[in-house]
Amino acid sequence: MIQISPHAEAALACTLDERSLYLRRLVLGSVRSAGRGHVGPALSLIEMVRVLYDDVLRIDPNNPRDPARDRAILSKGHGCLALYALLADRGFFPLSELDSFCGPDSILGGHPEYGMVPGVEASTGALGHGLSIGVGLALAARMRERTYRTFVLLGDGEINEGSVWEAAMGAAKHGLDNLVALIDYNKLQSYGPTDYVLPLEPLADKWRSFGFAVQELNGHDVGALRTVLKQIPAVPGKPTAIICHTVKGKGLPAAESNADWHHKNKLTDSELDAIRVAVGDF
Amino acid sequence: MRNTAMNMVHKLATRDERVLYIGSDPGAGTLRAMSKEFPKRHLIEGISEAHIIGMSAGLAMEGFVPYVNTIATFLTRRCYEQVAVDLCLHNLPVRLIANGGGLVYAPLGPTHQAIEDIAIMRALPNMTVVCPCDADEAARLMDQTLDWTGPIYIRLGKGGDAVVSKAEHGFEIGKAILMRPPGDVVMVTTGIMLQRALAAADLLAAQGIRAGVLHMHTVKPLDAETLLQAIQGTKLVATLEEHVPSGGLGSAVAEALIDKLGFGLPAMLRLSLPDRFMHNYGSQDSLLKKHGLSAGAIATSIERALAASHTSSPQLHST
Repeated sequence: MIQISPHAEAALACTLDERSLYLRRLVLGSVRSAGRGHVGPALSLIEMVRVLYDDVLRIDPNNPRDPARDRAILSKGHGCLALYALLADRGFFPLSELDSFCGPDSILGGHPEYGMVPGVEASTGALGHGLSIGVGLALAARMRERTYRTFVLLGDGEINEGSVWEAAMGAAKHGLDNLVALIDYNKLQSYGPTDYVLPLEPLADKWRSFGFAVQELNGHDVGALRTVLKQIPAVPGKPTAIICHTVKGKGLPAAESNADWHHKNKLTDSELDAIRVAVGDF
Repeated sequence: MRNTAMNMVHKLATRDERVLYIGSDPGAGTLRAMSKEFPKRHLIEGISEAHIIGMSAGLAMEGFVPYVNTIATFLTRRCYEQVAVDLCLHNLPVRLIANGGGLVYAPLGPTHQAIEDIAIMRALPNMTVVCPCDADEAARLMDQTLDWTGPIYIRLGKGGDAVVSKAEHGFEIGKAILMRPPGDVVMVTTGIMLQRALAAADLLAAQGIRAGVLHMHTVKPLDAETLLQAIQGTKLVATLEEHVPSGGLGSAVAEALIDKLGFGLPAMLRLSLPDRFMHNYGSQDSLLKKHGLSAGAIATSIERALAASHTSSPQLHST
């Protein structure tokens, strides 16, 4: 019997502040406009992306290719609605663009594309690619004696991919303490529970044994995320893995821990009403 | 050819600080001199090709020019999605140096025989595919790889292949080289099939058949212009490749001719490996012979095709 982490229980119980609700309204507004979108994977991710873009990343929306910027890669590209909400809110592109999500001439596709979306470092969508790219970016920083850090956001289903563990070994080999892997551990992948599809536990031990300094926290706790993300590297000489216990669909009672909300097509009137009750009018 | 290409990586690294060598688990001592001179730019990253391609993409995003090297089948089949997404979609200047293109690893069996690599690499947008014929040409090719935009797949032969390329022909990625002037037939080759084509041309000449040889070292982008010039007035275009019939040089040439000529296509003979995995071992040479790709068999096939083209009607017919 797997013990439920206290962080997972805290994630379920965690209340959301107004900024988190506002960001959810942006995400769900995109889904309403497009009539489609990965809802659950974006809502579990919002606080992780929020804290990164609000408090941690050294970035300039007016100079998104600044060589000195921190790099962030959304390796679970299907969580892009959370990233788009943050990038728009931070001024990388106009908020109005969010309404064009998945439209024929939109810059915002169902997975984020480098060169299309200001602030997006790599095209993702195929899973298991981001951490390797991150290793390359972090190694380049080391070789060029640059001080930027690289953050890679991974899904829990995504780390079924063997390439992630190849990358983990590579990161540890090079002692890339300028590299951070954040795992959105919402415990529910497309088909159902991660524990059913391909059990990941003991997850923290896995990352530890692969040579990472591991932190675990409630991934909806903005304060905890800030604290941990401001202490990088967690251990000098080691890459950091932050296992963020989250709730898929967090903030929408109907969607929480519900695999049916992994991807949603057109939202019904009653679903829209329920969303307004949960996150406010949008 | 392989040693020359490897040594060129070292030379390029001397010239340009962006150059990296990234091997998976190559033979002991690979590029030892470079590892001593530039230890930080000589990376051995383990049998993890999917990761290595992604990592090289990250390094290329930061301005490096990584030369990734392992056996051809592992550099293509194993990490195809990473090559497609991380390299081609981002159009990054990563160079894939594929050891043992074609049947070089004949004795090691089908897991090590790269018989469809040209097709699957050629199918990817932004990818360039080059198959040098010998060590000298490999050196000239490598010299041009520093500033080429986008990824390059470099299919290497075994080493010890007879040197037939000539410095005076020069080398330009994407520019075919006419090795023998066009005659009754033009053979279009890539990689080490050039040596066989030249030998076949000699055999044909002894029979009074004038055979041209066009070396299409770059299969993508294909030099359609030189191809069209070379086939003017010939009776037969014969493609020769150490590759399955689908998607390789023969397909590329046929596509180019259809695109450029539409109606009035020349007679064509595609000589290739069969559409199946090899279950014989032996050597590259013995397998090529077995499948009709010795110089003698090539010459015979061309003679027969020329004879048939004299007698056949221009109408399409089914077999």
